[in-house]
Amino acid sequence: MAVTTYSSAEQYNFDIVKKFAVMSLVWAVIGMFVGVYIASELAWPLLNFDSPYFSFGRFRPVHTTSVIFGFGGSALFATSYYVVQRTCQTRLISDGMATFTFWGWMAVIVLADISYVMGYTQSREYAEMEWPIDLLVEVVWVVYLILFVGTIMRRKQPHIYVANWFYLAFILATALLHTFNNLAMPVSLFSMKSYSLFSGTQDAMMQWWYGHNAVGFFLTAAFLGMMYYFVPKQAGRPIYSYRLSIVHFWALSFMYMWVGAHHLHWTALPDWTSSLAAAFSILLLMPSWGGMINGIMTLSGAWDKLRTDPVMRFMIVALSFYGMSTFEGPMMSLKEVNALSHYTDWTVGHVHSGALGWVAMISFGSLYHMIPRLWNTKVYSQKLVEVHFWLATIGIVLYIVAMWISGITQGLMWRAFDQFGNLQYSFVESVAAMHPFYAMRAIGGAFFLTGAVIMTYNMLMTIRQGVREAAALDAKLAAKMARAGA
Amino acid sequence: MNINFKHEWVETNIGLMLVLVMLAISVGGLVEIAPLFFIDKTIEKVDGVRPYTPLELRGRDIYQREGCYLCHSQMIRPFRDEKLRYGHYSLAAESQYDHPFQWGSKRTGPDLARVGGKYSNAWHVQHLIAPRSMVPESVMPNYPWLLSTPLDISDVALRMKALRNVGVPYSLTEAEYKANVAKFGETVAKELHIPDAQKNLIEQANFGNYDGDKAGVSEMDALVAYLQVLGTMVDFNKYKDDEFVKYR
Repeated sequence: MAVTTYSSAEQYNFDIVKKFAVMSLVWAVIGMFVGVYIASELAWPLLNFDSPYFSFGRFRPVHTTSVIFGFGGSALFATSYYVVQRTCQTRLISDGMATFTFWGWMAVIVLADISYVMGYTQSREYAEMEWPIDLLVEVVWVVYLILFVGTIMRRKQPHIYVANWFYLAFILATALLHTFNNLAMPVSLFSMKSYSLFSGTQDAMMQWWYGHNAVGFFLTAAFLGMMYYFVPKQAGRPIYSYRLSIVHFWALSFMYMWVGAHHLHWTALPDWTSSLAAAFSILLLMPSWGGMINGIMTLSGAWDKLRTDPVMRFMIVALSFYGMSTFEGPMMSLKEVNALSHYTDWTVGHVHSGALGWVAMISFGSLYHMIPRLWNTKVYSQKLVEVHFWLATIGIVLYIVAMWISGITQGLMWRAFDQFGNLQYSFVESVAAMHPFYAMRAIGGAFFLTGAVIMTYNMLMTIRQGVREAAALDAKLAAKMARAGA
Repeated sequence: MNINFKHEWVETNIGLMLVLVMLAISVGGLVEIAPLFFIDKTIEKVDGVRPYTPLELRGRDIYQREGCYLCHSQMIRPFRDEKLRYGHYSLAAESQYDHPFQWGSKRTGPDLARVGGKYSNAWHVQHLIAPRSMVPESVMPNYPWLLSTPLDISDVALRMKALRNVGVPYSLTEAEYKANVAKFGETVAKELHIPDAQKNLIEQANFGNYDGDKAGVSEMDALVAYLQVLGTMVDFNKYKDDEFVKYR
């Protein structure tokens, strides 16, 4: 029997992975640039330029959409397509569907960003896209689900690898959340404007059920999927505990969906709902740390890699930030703490310790691992990876510290009374007190952005190097064939 | 009967895994969201809360468009300092016609749930055009285009119809109008009648003269009209201090 050997390019659809990987870097740079810009607007309001198109209110969703769905989303598409093919040892079931998800998703981000600047928004945080774009998301997502599950069904292994469980939970949960949170009545078929199906309290609950689970599934479960493949690969060690991954997978999937209402403590939402959410938020610490411990302990026996391998360092620092922010989160969901922290910059800092520290860092690590392998080459410059690591880490620390100080200061100033029992500060005094920290936050963001730009350069040079090496190899082969023929 | 459950079944069966994951992620939302539509005490029983007039509604659309909710909350919490700074804590009833809600999540600027009537129209206009001319330390963007842009009123009836479809009691028929008269009184009911939307909008803008410019209806007219009604619908003097505690 003849044995057919495939090159990996034929065995797997890596073309789609490459496309998403490159676009994830592009969106990282765009989204983080807009982030630094709007952070600067808060420090120096002159930058709003009296223009509707540059004003903070319209630009902020451009930042969140570009980084969450552009950068994060593309990184997830890229890695999920890579991981599902590698671990199932089979090709994606349809190249056409894969290509559709790429162009569909890119269209979503571009249309969304343009529409926000034009003033079209549902005014639901992290779900600002108006109804026509929501419908496009829905279609792309269903195709993604079919493609992902279909590929798993064609697997050559009896077992479905743990990373794929997390990706599956992320795809299903995102479909569920997106569908219900965006139920809306368009003004007409020819109008971009729509009104939410729900109002007031119920609408708030729906939005934060979505909002927190966009964090829980889009920004956590999915990136845990990434972690479960790339950390063991980069460390060259098996996952620390298979049993732990089972327990924390089911606990995480179940519990996350309960915690959204902790964004609505002390509001007009009934107390029973937000108390229940707080209880589950505390419980959630355990599955969260289960994931962190499982990731970090995978390195046991190979700790020396932290000294020698900057990519490994990205991943371990990501897991450390994951552990830190999943401790901070439950703490902030306590009603007493929340009374101080809610409405302040502390929340913004918390989100970014998760988004920059965990999500972005694990993505950077995974992309540093994956991109050279996709193009069959080595990283162009290890030195630049090192530089990126330090810029990113310093940037995060500057950002979070600034937001901790400003957030707690705000919270304390708002509730301060003088000796006669009157409010000690006017609101605007708290605004003025924020200025140095807003400047510091913008600088931290600029550090992080610079790191992302350096990475993009490094990866583009890596790709160019890979393409050249492949061309040289082809030429060599052709020459050999010609000589053999002659 | 003794079924020995093995997790391996799930790991080797994508269909089973899909179903179990769907189950796991559905429970939380069902338990926390669905009851809010059925438990009677979720929305307080209180007089005065009405849907927005056409002009206020268009103002609210602009409030959404400019992303005001990203820096201003509309949800006062039941704390002593918030009571002193902003007024009575917000009721669920007060946002019952808000599709979508505008509670916000961040106070880069102050809460606006009860900003209505706190400042004059002229103050709002000047503050929106150039916030730092009124409050030097403010970091709010300037919104000069609101005054120079005429308000688009062409689809205001369609907007009200869309809201009617999701349950806001704007009236299309005579019967609905009569029901509104019974519920809100005649003055309010007239404002909520969709066939008269454009006429009502222009009348309110001309009468209120929110932007200080008699000619035409600007986006500024609409936004200021909206800001001036925020938090003013419920007369809290009518209620005992602890009237609403039982609802929380």
